[in-house]
Amino acid sequence: MDFSFTDEQQMLLDTTRRFIAERYDFEFRKRVRDSHDGWSRETWTQLADLGLLALTIPEQDGGIGAGPVGAMLVCNAIGEGMLLEPFLSSAIVASQAIVDMGSQQQREQWLPQLAAGELIAVLAHDESSTRNDPLNIQTSAVMDANGWLLNGRKSAVYHAPAANLLLVSARTEDDELGLFVVPADTAGVRLIPCVTVDEQRAAVAVFEDVRIDAGARLGGRADEALLAVLDYGLAALCAEAFGAMEKILAATIEYSRARVQFGAPIGSFQALQHRMAEMLMYLEQARSMSYLATSHCTNSDPLERRAALSAAKALMGQAARFIGQQAVQLHGGMGMTDELNVSHYFKRLLAFELRCGTTDQHLENYRKQLAVV
Amino acid sequence: MDLDFNIDEQAFRDEVRKFLAAELPDDIRDRMHRGDHSHIRTDIQQWQKILHAKGWGAPAWPVAFGGTGWSKTQQYIFENECALADAPAQLAFGVKMVAPVIMRFGTPEQQQTFLPRILAADDWWCQGYSEPGSGSDLASLKMKAERDGDEYVLNGQKVWNTLGQYADWIFCLVRTDATGKPQKGISFLLIDMKTPGITVRPTRLLDGTFEVNEIWFDNVRVPVTNRIGEENQGWTYAKFLLGHERTNIAGIGASKRELRRLKQMAASQPKDGVTMLQDPVFATRIAQVEMELRALEITNMRVIFAEAKKQAPGPEASMLKIRGTEILQRISELQVDLLGADALAHGGDGDEAARSAKAYLNLRKLSIFGGSNEIQRNIIAHMILGL
Repeated sequence: MDFSFTDEQQMLLDTTRRFIAERYDFEFRKRVRDSHDGWSRETWTQLADLGLLALTIPEQDGGIGAGPVGAMLVCNAIGEGMLLEPFLSSAIVASQAIVDMGSQQQREQWLPQLAAGELIAVLAHDESSTRNDPLNIQTSAVMDANGWLLNGRKSAVYHAPAANLLLVSARTEDDELGLFVVPADTAGVRLIPCVTVDEQRAAVAVFEDVRIDAGARLGGRADEALLAVLDYGLAALCAEAFGAMEKILAATIEYSRARVQFGAPIGSFQALQHRMAEMLMYLEQARSMSYLATSHCTNSDPLERRAALSAAKALMGQAARFIGQQAVQLHGGMGMTDELNVSHYFKRLLAFELRCGTTDQHLENYRKQLAVV
Repeated sequence: MDLDFNIDEQAFRDEVRKFLAAELPDDIRDRMHRGDHSHIRTDIQQWQKILHAKGWGAPAWPVAFGGTGWSKTQQYIFENECALADAPAQLAFGVKMVAPVIMRFGTPEQQQTFLPRILAADDWWCQGYSEPGSGSDLASLKMKAERDGDEYVLNGQKVWNTLGQYADWIFCLVRTDATGKPQKGISFLLIDMKTPGITVRPTRLLDGTFEVNEIWFDNVRVPVTNRIGEENQGWTYAKFLLGHERTNIAGIGASKRELRRLKQMAASQPKDGVTMLQDPVFATRIAQVEMELRALEITNMRVIFAEAKKQAPGPEASMLKIRGTEILQRISELQVDLLGADALAHGGDGDEAARSAKAYLNLRKLSIFGGSNEIQRNIIAHMILGL
């Protein structure tokens, strides 16, 4: 049992936090949000310069190899700063998919460019049919003499408008699930852009007779491997959400100290004190669950891994909802405005609750594996 | 970061398990499992003597006083394993509460007199803190101790005294000065329960048991040498005691044991061709509490890890107390809900339905005693959030 971090891990956290404090304050973030693309290429280059885009790429592939704990700490800071850039999408999830599933040649082809920030990749997986079954993919991949032909439609893919590469899950004729690398500018790829509830950029991705090389498939049968990648990403998403929860609670405590009504700071009233004590307990339980998710996201036993990840997502989803709602409530009318960061964290937490399986879905996953031990 | 016990910690856990399997008497284990407290005094004493013979009578004491010298993690493992094995909990009032105060603030004579007898279960200790007008606001306590030569003369009443009907000794907070701030005039006394003038009156509780007492003091004479530390400094010692020995405050072992029982009960209760463990509505409630327990287990280990580094228990214990008691109460609720109308047969002896209902009633105490959960929230707001 050890809850300490290595010096290298701590340095990653400190570096990311310092970067956000110096280069990505709340006002800067608002400008990025309101810009045409909704994310900052300049920030992306800076993240690459800091080495953070190589965070979880193994050392033999030219990365830092910081592993799940390193990813957790950096994502804590990303969540604290509510970055709008495709860090989780590209540097964590898509990179991990290529690391886990790609051939040596594919790894050499894509990973260095991803690490350098020259390429952005996103996993285009979810469809309307995956809501209650992550492997129920309707997008089809048909092999013929000229390679693969893809047809299908993916639900809002975070950061797809920024991506050069789409990693598309699709079902082959022999009913195997596969993952395919599709350059975003391939003929037949159509992106319908949208802004998510947490003001990140996304797109519905439509594939109409998209023709790609025979060698564009990542690995073979993708069912288990894809679930593992999704869980790896989910652990990082949990870490992001924790960062946001910690900040929104801190903002609420600070506000309750400063806001005076009836001649006293509202934080001196017991009804509100107990609410904030409750928020803190939710937060600390969420931190423990984020640790659990991180330590199990690479567990080689898929049943244990999924149970841990579902427990983490469900409990953290509940924490996000309680902490988020109470933070807005305790800020009163100010919590409703775009002016304070509280409403922004609130929306980020709502997106967390809804992404990668809702609280109810993960509660159900966990319930189904209950056993007498 | 590593959430699992390391090799040494695992080996220690296995050693504790082996010991429990070999040394915990079957009849005691059986009574504890069935919630039968009819032999509670002898069960606790006998178990303490077995632990003492093994050298494990005082998990948290330093070796110099006959303790184990175990780390916080080892203490945590030990307590969890004992709870999971249905061993009786050690009597906290002696080993965990008054003993650390005697070690820290007592005279060498007090240490030599009392500590070995606590370790060997020769003395049964109880606590005299709360009074009819002083519950959460403990410092307002009024029980008078007036100096008369080498003795104090005590007059007043204590309430919510746990298991004092079996006690040889009681440690009490008494009022030795009523003129200044309430906290300033309190002293900490050790009192022989055989002293003339003490009357113990058991309080019948909602589950029909007699777990707590009122104690009346009528001109009870206590030697001044039985005072801990300085006169009027008792509040300091009481605070030390409250902040001490909270490694098990979350009750993870007890909750795991009761969750295991709940799942066994659910798995043997048929419904719609499956069991209640597969029933979507009921199993979701089990899943919810199991996940929360899993989180609290990690939170508890985090607190222990942090404490081991700074050597002082912090206000984080308040979080463990609140969440831990909520979880155990919820598991108990689920047991009753699972049994449904079967749980109504409250009077029956020894059967599972009667045990569950009685436990549910009894466990309401968890969120009230040891500083109510509302007081714990005050502590969190003041000490952690700085409000």
